[in-house]
Amino acid sequence: MFTRIYAIVKKEFRQIVRDKRSLVLIFFYPVFMLILFGYALNFDVTHIKMGIYDEDKSELSREFIKTFNSSEYFDIVKYIKTPDEVNHSLDDKSIQCVISIPADFSKKFYSKQNIDVQFLVDGVNGNSATIIMNYVNAATLGFSQKISLDIFAKAGVNLVRPINIAGIFWYNPDLKTTEFLISGLIATILIVICVTLTAVSIVREKEQGTIEQINVSPVSPLELILGKIIPYIILAIIISILVLLLGHILFGLEIKGSIFYMFIGIILYLIACLSIGIFVSTIADSMQVAFQLSTLISQLPTNILSGFIFPIESMPAPIQIITNLSPAKFVLIILRAVVIRGTGIETFWQQYIYLIIFSLFFLTISLIRTAKQRRTV
Amino acid sequence: MSQTNSIEVKNLTKKFGDFTSVNNVSFEVKKGEIFGFLGANGAGKSTTIKMLCGILEPTSGDATVGGFSISTQSEQVKRNIGYMSQKFSLYNDLTIEENINFFGGIYGLEGEDLIKRKKWVLKISNLNGKEKILTGSLPTGIKQRLALGTAVIHSPTIVFLDEPTGGVDPISRRNFWNLINDLSSEGITVFVTTHYLDEAEFCNRILLIDAGKIIAGGSPKELKEKYITTEILEIECSKTIDALTMLEDSEHFESTSIFGNYIHVILNKDSSEEENKKFINELLAKDNIEVKRIDKISPTLEDVFITLLEKKN
Repeated sequence: MFTRIYAIVKKEFRQIVRDKRSLVLIFFYPVFMLILFGYALNFDVTHIKMGIYDEDKSELSREFIKTFNSSEYFDIVKYIKTPDEVNHSLDDKSIQCVISIPADFSKKFYSKQNIDVQFLVDGVNGNSATIIMNYVNAATLGFSQKISLDIFAKAGVNLVRPINIAGIFWYNPDLKTTEFLISGLIATILIVICVTLTAVSIVREKEQGTIEQINVSPVSPLELILGKIIPYIILAIIISILVLLLGHILFGLEIKGSIFYMFIGIILYLIACLSIGIFVSTIADSMQVAFQLSTLISQLPTNILSGFIFPIESMPAPIQIITNLSPAKFVLIILRAVVIRGTGIETFWQQYIYLIIFSLFFLTISLIRTAKQRRTV
Repeated sequence: MSQTNSIEVKNLTKKFGDFTSVNNVSFEVKKGEIFGFLGANGAGKSTTIKMLCGILEPTSGDATVGGFSISTQSEQVKRNIGYMSQKFSLYNDLTIEENINFFGGIYGLEGEDLIKRKKWVLKISNLNGKEKILTGSLPTGIKQRLALGTAVIHSPTIVFLDEPTGGVDPISRRNFWNLINDLSSEGITVFVTTHYLDEAEFCNRILLIDAGKIIAGGSPKELKEKYITTEILEIECSKTIDALTMLEDSEHFESTSIFGNYIHVILNKDSSEEENKKFINELLAKDNIEVKRIDKISPTLEDVFITLLEKKN
C-alpha cells in the first residue's frame, strides 16, 4: 500500500516541479494577493482630509481647530473662505469633511449660549463616514469638557466628572484592519490554490486517459486520493509559511498565540480544501470546467460567507447557517484567535472538529461518486 | 477454472440504461494464445475489455480472468493483468525512467525487483540509455512499445491491448506485433482488439463481435474456410464507385464491396469464374467503364467480416 501511495506522491511532485509556469504562478499568486489586499483594501480610517470654514477667527475657534489637527486621524488640508467653496471642495473630493464655525462662535460661548457647529461629511462610503462622525463627536465632546472644566476652575469650583470611561480596544488596540485581513487572506489564498490544483490535476489524468491506467492497477480510490493530497498539503504548508512571513515583513504581523495549534488548524483546513478539490474533480470532465468550477466554489463563499470581510454575526439567521459551507469560516476563527488575540486552544478546539467533519463529508461523497462511476462509465 | 484457459466468459451482459452494449457473450481464451477481438466501433469491444479488467461491473453474467472472478475478486484480477489502450497512457511531462518507476510503483514493485524489470522494459522498447528523455518527445511508435512495456512491468499472466496500434505507421505496427509474439512465446496470454483486419491474421484465434453479440469465432483459416465457400474476384477499373453501384444493382453476386481502389465480388454458388468475368465486362462496358483487370483471389479476413455483416443485415 505504501509503495503505491509513495509512487503516486513522487510522480505528482515531479509533475508539479516540471511545470515551471504553474509553479511560478502558485508562488506569485499569494504574494500578489497579499500586496494587493494588504495595501489597497485598507479599512483603517486615518488621515482624513478635513477642510475648515472658520467665520469666527477667534482665539477660541483656533483652539477648537487645534484639537483636530493634533491627532493622526485628521489632516487639515484646506482653509475655506466662502460657503460656495465648501460645496466645491466636497464635490472635487479635495476634502472628505468640513467643519464650519459660525461667526458668533466665541460670542455665544462667552454669553453662555449653546453653539451649533456645522459638520459636513462625504457620506458616499457610509462605513467611513460613520467612523469620521464618531471621531468628530469624541473630539468635540473632549474639547467642550476641557473648556467647561477650565471655566469652573477659574471660578474656584473643583468639578469632578462623575463617570469617566477609559475605553481600550482589547486584542487590537489601534483598531488596525491589516492584521485582521491577513488572516482572512491566508484562508482565501490557500483555498483557491488547494481546490484548483487538486481538481485540475485529477481531471487532467481523466482528459489524458492516464486515470484509466491507474484504475486497472491495484491502486484503490483511497490510495489514489491520498497520493494526490499529500504533495499538495506539503506545497500548501510552504505557501502558508510564505504568506505568514510576508505578512510579518510587509505589515508587521505578529503571531501572539501558539504557532503549533495554528498549524494544526491550517493543516485541517488544507485537507478540507483538498477534499472540495477532489469533489470538483468527480463532477468536471475537462480541465477548463474544473478550473472555473474550482475558482467559483472556493473564492465566492470564502469572500462572502466566511466572515473574512462581512461579519457573520450581522447576517440574517438563514444565511448564518449557509456560512457553514465555507471551511474558511472555521479556520478564520482559529487564525484570528491565535494571530490577533493570542488565546489558547480552549477558545477554538471546536473548529478543529468542524473542519474534520467538513473533510469527511466531502471525501465520502467523492468516494461514493468514484465507486458509482466505475459501475456506469 | 480449467488448466488450459486463462479467460472464461459466461453470459456476460452490460447494459447502459436501455442500450445493451454487450449482450450475453460467452467464450474462452487459452493460456499463452494471441486472441483477437474484432468488431466495428461501438460493437462492444472496449466495454468487454473494461469488464474483464475489473474496472466496469457487468450487469449480469460473470467471467474469470487468471482464475479470479471479475465481479467478486476484481482486486486479484487487477494484480494479474496488464492493460494498454490506444491512448498509450504515459505521462508526457515525465521522463521515460520516471514513467517506468511510477507504473512499477503502483504495482508494488520496489528495490531490486523494480531495477530488474526496468531493465527489461527498456530492453524491449529499445530505449536503453535514453532513460532521461521526456516521454512527450518520443515518436508514436516508440511510445507505443514503452506503453506496452510499462503495461507488463509487473509480469502479468494476461495482457489486454485495446486497439494498441491506432495511429501508428505500418513499420511500427509490424515491430509491435513482433513484440506481441515475443510476449506470447513467454507464455503470456494476449487479448487484443483491433479493427485492422490484416493484423487479425497474426492472431491464433479470433472472435467477431457486432452490436454486442458474437457472430463468429475461430482461427483465421477456419473462418475463411467456413464462411467463404465460393470464389472471389478482384476488379480493377475506372470509375470505381459507379462500377460498384452497377454491380450491386445487378444482383448477380453473393456480395460486392470496395477494397481500396479495387472491387471484390463474391460469386454465387454454382457459377463459373469465366461466365462471371464475361458478365462483368459486358455490364461495365454499357457505361463505358474501362476494366483493367479481373483476377481470382484468395479470401482475406476482411472478406469474411464483410460477408458476415452483410448476411446479418
